[in-house]
Amino acid sequence: MTEQVTARAVAGGEAAEMGAHRSLWRDVWLQYRTHTGAVVGTFVFLFIVLGVIIGPFFHTTDPTYIDYRAKNTLHMFSCFYFSVPEAVENAGAWTTWSCFTDPAGFAELTAKRVKVSWTHPLGTDNYGRDTLAQLMAGGRVSLAVGVTAMALSIVLGALIGVLSGFFRWLDGPLMRLTDLFLALPILPLLLVMIMLFRETLRAAFGPEEGIFILVVSAIGITSWMQTARIVRGDVLSIKEREFVLAARSIGTRQHRIIGRHIFPNVLSPVMVSATLGLASAIITESALSFLGLGFPSDFPTWGRLLIDGRDFMDITPSRVIWPGLAISLTVLSVNYMGDGLRDALDPRIRGR
Amino acid sequence: MLDHAISDETLLSVQNLSKHFPVYKGIIRHQVGVIKAVDGISFDIRKGETLGLVGESGCGKSTAGRTILRLYDATEGTITFGGQNVAELSGESLRRIRPRMQMIFQDPQACLNPRMTVSSIIAEPLDEHATVKGRAKQDRVSELLDAVGMNPRFANRYPHEFSGGQRQRIGIARALALDPDFIVCDEPIAALDVSIQAQVVNLLEELQSRLGLTYLFISHDLSMVRHIADRVAVMYLGKVVELADREQLYADPKHPYTRALLSAVPIPNPEVETKRTRIILKGDVPSPANPPKGCRFCTRCPEAIEKCHSVEPDWRKLGDGRHVACHLAE
Repeated sequence: MTEQVTARAVAGGEAAEMGAHRSLWRDVWLQYRTHTGAVVGTFVFLFIVLGVIIGPFFHTTDPTYIDYRAKNTLHMFSCFYFSVPEAVENAGAWTTWSCFTDPAGFAELTAKRVKVSWTHPLGTDNYGRDTLAQLMAGGRVSLAVGVTAMALSIVLGALIGVLSGFFRWLDGPLMRLTDLFLALPILPLLLVMIMLFRETLRAAFGPEEGIFILVVSAIGITSWMQTARIVRGDVLSIKEREFVLAARSIGTRQHRIIGRHIFPNVLSPVMVSATLGLASAIITESALSFLGLGFPSDFPTWGRLLIDGRDFMDITPSRVIWPGLAISLTVLSVNYMGDGLRDALDPRIRGR
Repeated sequence: MLDHAISDETLLSVQNLSKHFPVYKGIIRHQVGVIKAVDGISFDIRKGETLGLVGESGCGKSTAGRTILRLYDATEGTITFGGQNVAELSGESLRRIRPRMQMIFQDPQACLNPRMTVSSIIAEPLDEHATVKGRAKQDRVSELLDAVGMNPRFANRYPHEFSGGQRQRIGIARALALDPDFIVCDEPIAALDVSIQAQVVNLLEELQSRLGLTYLFISHDLSMVRHIADRVAVMYLGKVVELADREQLYADPKHPYTRALLSAVPIPNPEVETKRTRIILKGDVPSPANPPKGCRFCTRCPEAIEKCHSVEPDWRKLGDGRHVACHLAE
């Protein structure tokens, strides 16, 4: 196989200018672009991120405003599957199209008052709060919590994994610490943490920021263990490879050996953990909200919307579909992005 | 053999060097014994010469090479290099002597970081010891690639894009980057095709005569050692059993193990080859964790006498300047 690759590389190399300096990040970008899943994932993720950041400037409804008369409004796509009563059919050319263009008139003409309205394009909940506005406000929080908690857990996990894999004297203590954290029942631990620190953090950083810090750190420090174990295993095998020995014979300092030789070679499992970690962070946050331990009940997050909508699934199923879709799309797109990035960072896969 | 100059000056002197690996067992991981990978070896290497180190798999050749470079900490003994005992150096003083002693590895695939370009692999020693920077560094990398017979335009490629022989050349270029005096070649040709082996060995010889390098050439390829080495040391089970000039050793081996080893080399002449008698050794190599009493080789030696099983032979210097560890050698 090696021979083949080399032959191809040489043949292809003759045509390309080999002398020009190849920038690593340009190579990575070129490879990343060829990964269809990653490109689609990037667009979806950007769409979601821009949607929750810029969206509220266009759809200016306050997510917490209670418009009780508009409660349980359906989303606009409902027009597609309204069965139009006979009376309406006789009245003239009432179609799905007219439902979109004049939802109020459509509602008047139908026998049952079906509620659709452009004021609430994705409908409202049982208090009349706007779903789209809540989705965007909740997305800001959920994405912020997810990304920050994931970053914290990856940094912790990779650090502990690399240290315990590389330094034999740290291996025992750090791995027992990992076992300890794995053995802890996570939910009771979270309960205790939140009981202990909620008031202090609220007082210090304000109600929402305090809870944000608390939730992020609670999720971060209870989810690094898997990463640490995987990274440790990989470090153990890589540090016995001859290129690490070669670096030592050159006199490379230990922190450079870790940074230059060990860490880049364990990047793949770290990347996979990171993309999976984002999903579990968003879901853990919603579990905490569900237990009433996360953000306050009137403070929307995706997980909270999902859980609140659960009881009204038969009236307004969209209330669980939208946040569920948002979580799934975010997780899926990040997974694909991670996949593409991992391939792009590996020179053996790059250019294939 | 190229006409490189061997001076009388000793570059490296190894005295009574041992490397024992502890063996742990049980729940509480207590030490139950040691693997005596290298057990009291002594030799000198003169400036500009090539010392071949041969022996079968697992006899401690590579461990000896790595211990000399302080990739392992020696259990016992001294390694004198440039007036300093390398075995006792540590920290910054060890780091300062590292550029003068380098290593070429057996597996050209494993010895190059797959995520670094050729230029950053070769530049790593330069970065670490901050000898040159910027433009001068790139020039040095090109110069090194040129010196090992590779196109400097390949500098921005990754190791997987090269063949085994080319990768080995990259490894050699990295070893040469800091102008070392002494290079340990740890079976540099074992993983290569026969046609490539000759190229790499010729490159090593050419570099030696051009740069005045000194090699410790570890190999189990006896004909290749005969080709490149000036003197040859034969190892068996952690000990050097015989050390002699190349011609002497190949013409008239004194130790029974050397004789058995040399009898296994095929001769590329059918008439001679049919008459070649092999000395077939019986049994397996004893475990280095529990070496036999007396002479290490006594369990398999076809000529062993009573004394061999009880008294360990001294490392003796014979009349013609060669060293051997055998009671029977004259």
